[in-house]
Amino acid sequence: MTAAGLIFANTHDKNIAEMTRLRTMASVPFGGRYRLIDFALSNMVNSDITKVGVITHYNYQSLLDHIGNGKDWDLARRSGGIKILPPYITMFDTTTPGVNRSRMDALKGALNFINRCSEDYIVMSDCDIICNIDLKAVLEAHEKSGADLTFVTTVIDAGTLSVQGTVPVVEVDASGRVTDFAEMHPTEGKVTISTNIMVATRTYLQSVVQEATSHGYTSFFKDVIARSLESANYRAYAYDGVFAKIGSMEGYFACSMALLDEEARKGIWGVPNRPILTKVRNSAPTKYCGDAKIVNSVVADGCVIEGTVENSILFRGVKVGKGTVVKNSILMQDTYTGENVTLNCVITDKNVMIKDGRVLSGCETMPFYIGKNGAI
Amino acid sequence: MFKKKECVAMLLAGGQGSRLYALTTKTAKPAVPFGGKYRIIDFPLSNCVNSGIDTVGVLTQYQPLVLNEYIGNGLPWDLDRAWGGVKILPPYQGQKRADWYKGTANAIYQNMEFVNRYDAEYVLILSGDHIYKMDYDKMLAYHKQKGADCTIAVLAVPMEEASRFGIMSTNSDGSIYKFSEKPKNPDSNLASMGIYIFNRKKLNDYLIADENTPGSSNDFGKNIIPNMLAAGEKMFAYPFEGYWKDVGTISSLWEANMDLLGENPELNLGDESWRIYARHQALAPQFVGKDAVIENCNITEGCEIYGTVRNCVVGAGVKIEKGAVVTDSVLMGDAVIGEGAVVSYAIIDTGVTIGKGAVIGEDKATAKGIAVIGEDVTVEDGARVEAGAMIPEV
Repeated sequence: MTAAGLIFANTHDKNIAEMTRLRTMASVPFGGRYRLIDFALSNMVNSDITKVGVITHYNYQSLLDHIGNGKDWDLARRSGGIKILPPYITMFDTTTPGVNRSRMDALKGALNFINRCSEDYIVMSDCDIICNIDLKAVLEAHEKSGADLTFVTTVIDAGTLSVQGTVPVVEVDASGRVTDFAEMHPTEGKVTISTNIMVATRTYLQSVVQEATSHGYTSFFKDVIARSLESANYRAYAYDGVFAKIGSMEGYFACSMALLDEEARKGIWGVPNRPILTKVRNSAPTKYCGDAKIVNSVVADGCVIEGTVENSILFRGVKVGKGTVVKNSILMQDTYTGENVTLNCVITDKNVMIKDGRVLSGCETMPFYIGKNGAI
Repeated sequence: MFKKKECVAMLLAGGQGSRLYALTTKTAKPAVPFGGKYRIIDFPLSNCVNSGIDTVGVLTQYQPLVLNEYIGNGLPWDLDRAWGGVKILPPYQGQKRADWYKGTANAIYQNMEFVNRYDAEYVLILSGDHIYKMDYDKMLAYHKQKGADCTIAVLAVPMEEASRFGIMSTNSDGSIYKFSEKPKNPDSNLASMGIYIFNRKKLNDYLIADENTPGSSNDFGKNIIPNMLAAGEKMFAYPFEGYWKDVGTISSLWEANMDLLGENPELNLGDESWRIYARHQALAPQFVGKDAVIENCNITEGCEIYGTVRNCVVGAGVKIEKGAVVTDSVLMGDAVIGEGAVVSYAIIDTGVTIGKGAVIGEDKATAKGIAVIGEDVTVEDGARVEAGAMIPEV
């Protein structure tokens, strides 16, 4: 059983437009030292998938910078390794307006990559989800069931879901077969959704994409999946581990703060033999000096903390000045806070500077966001 | 692929580090963890790459397994090069001889072929037991400017401590006229840092001569340097200013770690213009719990702090449970300090488990020494380890 990976880097970008203005969903910083793609990539690498294509079509500078040659995920390989798949535009067709408008467009663009794979299965993943999943088990279940496509599903509480737009809600019968698939926005109760982690039999995926090209289909879910529920064999693999889906700024804030919960941290970072890998930055250990007071927080390396930090996530290289109080906030890489600053429910993007004495506050449902390189 | 290298570094990493006792039973001294996420050898290796030296031979002999794995292909230091890079040089069997390294000079002698392969003009000799940041390129420029055969980096030490070092007496132009190993009545305070640059051909001649001298200790400090001086070779002292510490003893290792603490530490590892690289483990950010108290500490990724930590350097993946109090200590990594345990003035090696309520060492003000717990040792719940005690791994 062999498998290659395929990651959709830009899908869902518009859900957190503020943060993806200058980057892909895949390169949105998360959890102190990661980018969202790290979870999808690590899940694949930890399941011995050593050939991964990353489909992207705009804003991908930060993504390329993050991934480099893939060595931090052990994907700098002679055979396989990581391949970035930008849109395929020929010199005769440079004005195509619909480059990667949809997942199907993205798959069409990646068909060369897929065709060159000799692996039996293709594992697909989006970058708006956070989980630590054993894909080997999914692949085994897929192979055993003889499915064309297996959706990794999970049960969510619709009441707490914060997603702009829709989520893929699935219905599964007792045998594990997917009987219905609908893009919708559930508002209450427990619902089973697809995580958008999918395993496809390679030959099936190839035939579907080729057929979509010939028929001019544009939607993978509406034109292919929904129409073939009976003729094809779609299965569900129920995943019940820690799972988060980022679908809005509020959701980003909530998913980040969930890391302060021990069970969530264990489920993401504490799984034996399945580390979450990321780009190495070579930061020194974090320094706590002066009157630093810090409780209930996730802190990456390279920080210098001289003030008070509570219930917060601090990325690498954050400076918290003397007399400064940071509460319920997310400070991304190299955020600098001067002295006597007060922050509550604030998200600072990379390299933000907050001058002495500033008082900023948002609230849980509407965190105050300061864009990259902002000074306030 | 052949490309001439101007300068090749040879890093002496074979020493046992016997004065570090429990910390070096399984590990060569250069691989001893330092500063939370580093190992001692990260300093000379990072200095090399930051100085533009991309070919480094690491001479290993004693307990090399951890060190070999740590260095690997040199990727963390950007020393995974198509030509050159970092290479491990263990003793090997030659056509005529098969010897352990008999001394520092003999180790280089046995590997001169490595230097010759790159047709290097200069050879930089380093050791793996010092913590410092130094631009070797400046030293090389000095060496060339002086037209020296050998340049030795020196550090001005307080006169009263000079008798603990190898002391260089120099003329006003920096040339060395006398070298005395641990002199009783020093006439200079310029201490050798164990960092040498040689012209390759000159070094080769002296190594061969030394090898053919019966009874020689085959040592740079004892034989090669005095021999060159006696023969009137051009030898210069390169004055270094900045932080430098030999971490060959338990107390100096502890002190050097403590020198990293505070707002303006003596040794700043956060300086992005002179990074110290290390092999990283993929660990989560540290988590600080609701009741944690952290005062004046450096804490590394992967840690979980629920108790109290004061004046400590805490390495990666350490868990300090609720109610535990750790003070004035160095925790090298992957240790668990159990609930209510009290650790004072101690060095805790990697993989150690301190049981609930155990007491390690005593307050620094009254303790007669640093308590040391060796790699992978488990201290039972409620046990007592005296100040200054040394618990080696089993």
